[in-house]
Order: sequence, then C-alpha cells, then structure tokens
Amino acid sequence: MKSIPVSTTINGDPYEFLCAPDETLLDVLRNRLNLTGAKEGCGTGDCGACSVTLNGRLVCSCLVLGAEAEGAEIATIEGMADGDELHPLQRQFIDHAALQCGVCTPGILVAAKSLLERNPDPTDEEVRYWLAGNLCRCTGYDKIIRAVQAAAAEMRGA
Amino acid sequence: MAFDEYQKRDFKQVGTRVRRPDGVDKVTGRAMYGADATAPGMLVGRILRSPHAHARIKSIDTSAAEALKGVKAVLTGADLPVQDEDFIRDVQDNCMARNKALYDGHAVAAVAAVDAATARAALKLIKVDYEVLPHVTDVDVAIKPGAAVVQDGRTLENVPAGMSENLTSHCEFGHGDPEAGFARADKIIARSFRTAATHQGYIEPHAALANVTSDGKAELWCCTQGQFYVRTLCAAIMGMEASQLRVTASEIGGGFGGKTTVFIEPVALALSRKAGRPVKIVMTRDEVFRATGPTVHTSMDIRIGMTKDGKITAAEAHLRYSGGAFPCGTVDMGAQAAFAAYDLEHVRTYGWNVLTNRPKEAAYRAPGAPQAIYAVESVVDELCQHFGLDPIEVRLKNAAKKGTKSSYGPTFPDIGLVAILEAAKAHPHYSAPLAPGQGRGISCGFWFNFGGNSCVSMNINTDGTVGVTEGNPDIGGSRASISLMAAEELGIDYDRVRTIVADTSSLGYNDVTDGSRVTFAVGLATIKAARDAIRVMRGRAAKIWGIEEEAVDWKDGAAIPAGPNAGKFPPMTLAEIAAVSFETGGPIAGHHEVNVDGAGVSFGVHIVDVEVDKETGATKVLRYTVFQDAGKAVHPSYVEGQMQGGAVQGIGWALNEEYIYGADGRLQNPGFLDYRVPVASDLPMIDTVILEIPNPGHPYGVRGVGETGIVPPLAAISNAVSRSAGIRLSELPMSPPRVLRALGG
Repeated sequence: MKSIPVSTTINGDPYEFLCAPDETLLDVLRNRLNLTGAKEGCGTGDCGACSVTLNGRLVCSCLVLGAEAEGAEIATIEGMADGDELHPLQRQFIDHAALQCGVCTPGILVAAKSLLERNPDPTDEEVRYWLAGNLCRCTGYDKIIRAVQAAAAEMRGA
Repeated sequence: MAFDEYQKRDFKQVGTRVRRPDGVDKVTGRAMYGADATAPGMLVGRILRSPHAHARIKSIDTSAAEALKGVKAVLTGADLPVQDEDFIRDVQDNCMARNKALYDGHAVAAVAAVDAATARAALKLIKVDYEVLPHVTDVDVAIKPGAAVVQDGRTLENVPAGMSENLTSHCEFGHGDPEAGFARADKIIARSFRTAATHQGYIEPHAALANVTSDGKAELWCCTQGQFYVRTLCAAIMGMEASQLRVTASEIGGGFGGKTTVFIEPVALALSRKAGRPVKIVMTRDEVFRATGPTVHTSMDIRIGMTKDGKITAAEAHLRYSGGAFPCGTVDMGAQAAFAAYDLEHVRTYGWNVLTNRPKEAAYRAPGAPQAIYAVESVVDELCQHFGLDPIEVRLKNAAKKGTKSSYGPTFPDIGLVAILEAAKAHPHYSAPLAPGQGRGISCGFWFNFGGNSCVSMNINTDGTVGVTEGNPDIGGSRASISLMAAEELGIDYDRVRTIVADTSSLGYNDVTDGSRVTFAVGLATIKAARDAIRVMRGRAAKIWGIEEEAVDWKDGAAIPAGPNAGKFPPMTLAEIAAVSFETGGPIAGHHEVNVDGAGVSFGVHIVDVEVDKETGATKVLRYTVFQDAGKAVHPSYVEGQMQGGAVQGIGWALNEEYIYGADGRLQNPGFLDYRVPVASDLPMIDTVILEIPNPGHPYGVRGVGETGIVPPLAAISNAVSRSAGIRLSELPMSPPRVLRALGG
C-alpha cells in the first residue's frame, strides 16, 4: 500500500507526515509523531483512552484514520497545559486525587475539557453521561466527577 | 517494645493530602507506560493464538513466515528450554504452548518483524496442525468423573482416587464440631452459589520491550507489578543469570493483581535473542481478555445454623474454584477467608481446585475472598430475613474481635471489625428512608494483607533534600505515601523528599506490589531506613560537637544534645549536617532490608441501596457507603480511592462482568463492549468512612487498604436486590437477563 502524505495542525503547530491508508490517527500520533499521551486501551472505541479532538469534535483516535487528519485541527493531551501552567482540569485532577494509575487520565481530561467548552456548568449527571465513554478501572469515578466540577467552578470564576 | 511495633504519636506529615510526585507527568501525557517506550532498530513482536479450547499441537510449520521479507525471528514452544520444576514449567507453558493448546487464546507461536503489518502477515503464514480434543470450561462439569481431562498427572496426593483428574488439590480449615453446632441451631440454611470469572480490566494492555545482546546481557522494560519477580521468572525461562537481566518497570496502567506474573515478557526476550534486535510486544485488548488474568470461576455450597436470637452455632463451606488450565492455589485463600468476620465455635471449610480449559488464573484484588464471602454473607442475610433480625446487629453479635480464634487458625490481635460495624450502624445512610421498590443490603469483607521482602535506600543530599529508592511499582499513589513516611520520620517537609521506583539492578529484591503490602511493608522499611540515616547524622553531629553519638538525639529534623550533660549546642538541622557531610566522613545514606511480618488484617463493611427495574431486570445502584479500617491512613485521599475503586470493581462483578464461553469453548466476549465494566453513568458517588484502628505490627499503625474494598459489594448488592425485588439470586453476575429469569419474566 502506498503511503499518503498528510498536512495537519496539532495543538496549534503544523505537522506533516506519511501514513499507510489503513493506519489509525492514534498510531500516527504515537508511533510517527511521538505524541504518546493518547493511549490504546482497546483499539475498538470502547475505552476512550485515546480521546483527542478533531476540528473541535471529541473522537476516539483509534477509530479515525491518519489520512483523515488532512487539513484538520487536532488537539491532544500534550497541548492542554499552557507551557508550565497546567489547565484547571489538570490541576484539579492532581489536587482531588482523581487519578491512580493515570493511564485513562489523558483521555478523560481531553473529554472533560470538551464537555466544559460546550457546557460550563454541567450537573453531576451530565458529567457522568459525557464521560461514560471513558473507562477508569481504578477510581470508581467519584473523585473524577468532583475534580471536573471543581475545575468547572474555577473556570466559571465561581 | 519491639522496634516494629506501633507507638502512638502526633503526625505532622502522615495523614495529609499532599500532591503526588507523578501527578504532573500523568496529567500532561508525559508519563511513560509500557507501550510508550521505543529502542533503536526495534522490531514489532506479535503472537499467534489457538482458536481451539483444547487441542494437541501435532506440528507447526513456520517456514513460510520465516521466508517473508521483513521477518527477523519466529518462535515456538520448541525454542524454549524444557523445565523440570512444575511451577516454572506452568508459567512458561502459559506464555507459549508446548504440546497442547489448553484454552482459546493460548499462545502457540510468535514472530518479530520490521513493522506491525509484516508481523501480522507472517502470523497468517504459520501453519499449525491441531488435533482438536474434547474440552471443558465449566467448573461443575469438570469435576464429574468422565469429564474431559485438561492436564493429566497434576493431582496432588490429598485428592482421593476415583475423582475427576481435573481436581488437583484439596484444602481444609476450621475448628470445633460443626454437626454438634448445627444440632443447636433454630434454623439451618444450606444454599449453593456460582460466580463467573471476571477480569481485572486494567485499561493498559500488557506491553514489553526486550533487548538481548550477543554478549548475553538483556534489558527488559515492561508494565508489571513486580520487576524483581519478572526477572526471576524470565531468567529461569531464558536460562540467564539474574545479574545479566535488568528489568525496569514502566509506569503501570492498572494491574489489580493481573500484572503479577509474565505473559509476553519471556516471548519478547526470546524473540530479541533470536533476532539480535530489540523487540516490542503490545497486547491487543482481545489478547488481554483471552490469554491473561481472569479470576477463578466458582461453585460453592454454604451451610449456616443460627439461633432465633441471631447467634451462629455452626458454619460450613465447600468451595470449588477453577483457575483455568493450570493448578492454582486461590481456593486456599477463599477457604481461609470465608468466615473470617465471625467468632465461631464450630466452623469448617473445604476447598478444591479444578482444571478447566480457560486461561491461567492471575490474582485479582483479594484473590479468592470475594467469592466465598459473597456466598457466606448471602446466607447470613437470608437467616436475618428469616428471623426478622437486623443484619448489622447479627454481625455484631457474632463479630470476630481481639482474641478470637479465626476460622483459619490464627488468633486475632487488635482488629477493627466491631468498630466498623458500629460506625455503619450509626451512619445516616443506614437509617435513611427507602422509597417503595428500593432495597438496602450490607456485607462484611476481609483480606489478610501481605508483608514480604522489602528493600529501601535513602540518600541524604548535600542540599538537605532526600532521595528514597524503593522497588515497588506505584499503582495508586504509593510514592506519595512512601515520601510522607520518610518526611515524617526524618522530620522534614514532604516537598524535600523524592521517591523513585528502581530497576532490578539498582536495589535488592522486593516482592511484587500485591496483597496490599506496599504502604505497610515498604513503608516500614522506609521508616527504618530513615532511622538508619538519622543514626548516621547523629554520629556526624557528635563528631562536629566533639561528644559521643549516644549523647545526640534527633528531634523535628535536627540533631540536638540528648541532655544537659551532653553540652550546650544549638540544634543542627538535617540540611546543615548534610551540607558539611563531605568534611565529616562522606555522603550520608540510610538503608533497610527486611522480610516484613505483622501485616494487620483488614475488615470492611459496605451499605448499598438499589432499585431493580422489573421490566428490564437492570439494577441501579442508588447510594453506596464504604467503611474500612486503614490502621493509619497515610494519604487519606488515596485510601479513599482504594475503597471507592474496589467497591466499583465489586459492583461490576455483582451486576455485569463475566467470562462467557460458547459450546465450542471459545470466549464470546473478549472486548469492553461485551465485557461491560462500570462506566461513570452507572454509578452514584461512593461515600467513604475511614476508621483508624492501629495495626500493632507497624510503627505508624498502617494496614494495607487495597484489597478489602472489592469483597463486600457482591453480597451487599445481592442482599439489596433481595430486599428490593423479593428475589434471592445465587449466581453472579446478577445481569438483567438473570434477574428477569428470577422474576419469572
């Protein structure tokens, strides 16, 4: 199979890469661009550990082809902090002990940021349903919900 | 008082909710997990797996795969040494089948190629000639004489002749005369239960990167709960000396017991040795389900007698656990844990291990305990319902306490069960009104807790900061807890301590991160390493002051004269002593190596409210409260996290999770879509109440907290379902179809 040249934008920076026609965006990010923050937990879109946004839409990057990134704007966990300044969600996750092993954390943070961009003042139930596609096996979700709500309040200036 | 023993003290650092040292790496995507590492010239390794539940491997033709361009090595069981010792042979045969494939998904061959596409193509070119054999995947079928035999010749002497060869071992625990006790009961209830195998369900699939060089040295990077044990197993399989194999544990994306052994690690090493290049293997989720982990699936008979005022007169359990295709000792832990919460005059438990054509069991959080305790707590609850007694009162009436001869032998020292039950009884949750159709259930839980081999080095840096080197992968915040204990003992701020997890060449042997041992045992070794460093620093201060070492004390992070006779010197801080260490004798370090005993047992009680939807059979968890004894909660947030995470894994086990095998012996649901773990929208908040009844065997009173939380949910939810829907189920999970059938739908 002939490789496909792709030009795209990731976390605001221009990127160019070659990928196979059947290569997932997740594999491109991890294996070609060394952006290993997105994780492969299942490869079938069931766990959300590979969550990124593609043109503002929350997607499982294991279900997107690398070639689909052509001309797109992609945001990954690596772009969430502003230099040394953690995003409020990142800081609140640490302060609330909302991670244990941490392998689901990048995906959950990307998903939670995507929620708060749409709904800055969600109910607990809205947070739970939005994050229902992100599996966490360590925490039982309790501290994750609290951390997201704390970040939402902080971002609203509440 | 012995050096290890608990001494009451006012804590300054321990018990605070500090930020974990690996937090920033983990929220920015920088933390390096198993699959995140690369090496120059790295090949991709992939594994061919049996599609049959049970088959003789007549031959494997790898010639076409070897001839494919880009393939650098092909491996089969014939490439690995013949092992004499049963245990290591089982581990090796599970990683790569030798003569028989013993379950659907059993590895039969592996390739290393320049990229994943070539490796996948090569697997398709390997021709395995199988002779399909009769199989058995159900524990109750496997014990019948005449059942398909999974492996012959594995039965221990304590199994009577004439039984199925799948019964490999037997155990028995207890005391008194159960029949005499049953004779005094006003009511005896005997019930049979079954529980499905469940998977630990860690989100990170197994991953290993091996680099074996032609001079016989090897590096292995992998996600594991115990890099030293990985070294032991891989060195045996590879015929290597421990010193030549350095194993580095990556950050670990969950384990829960499932990453306490090896699966792909020896395969990656063997491929690397054969190919002469680094090889990385990352499992797919399908492989994780089919070939790693699950816990035992069980069949159990429980019989309990009770007087009408709620006193248990006798108790008996017969447990049949299957840990898959290899002998497994998990039933011993179930048979010991079953009645641990009760002070019984007459108790007996019997356990049997059974072989089935399923993957080799790996530990899963409190291995063996949730199943047996589910069955026991269900029958105790049914007796409470029969007599109209309060379930907490009945448990208080029969509770194990200090001085109780436990059902498995030892006499308990200070334990927290009565305090936990009292706290649960007094909690607002227990008396909150329920709406019609809702039901409330409770259950006790128990885990032994482990200690074990632990080795800690502590370096006092010249700028007054401290580096702690320990050898246990941090699975849920343990580096923060270890740093807190080091800071507490040294008398300095938490921020001045950094704890790292060492590779196998940098520290002595440490047992696996399992059994809730790390905060307890590694914490104890850390405290002693700090005391060792303090001894050195007292000596340095004594030298500077020109007095005897015995005349120097340590207080609040500084050396001080022991009394007026020692002389008048202002306190000399750790930083001040460290700054001049090169002039007073050289670098300062403390260390400690120990095989820790004295892990205090752990009890918990859970209260849950549920509502069963009688149209769909779905059970909704409405409210949940966990009560558990932590001894001393070193980092309360992560103690709560263990309690919450364990409870939710138990909720998944109770309501949804199960390995489903078809008539063909193949696993039907090897993915997260069909093996359904709890998601955020399934759950309420999980409230926690931490009790602190100090463990007499730890200087700070610490008990392990990781395991117990998964034990009570199974029965607590079953008991709540019984009160919500009027149906008493005896099989897990209580999935909607099963609940509907019980409702007569």
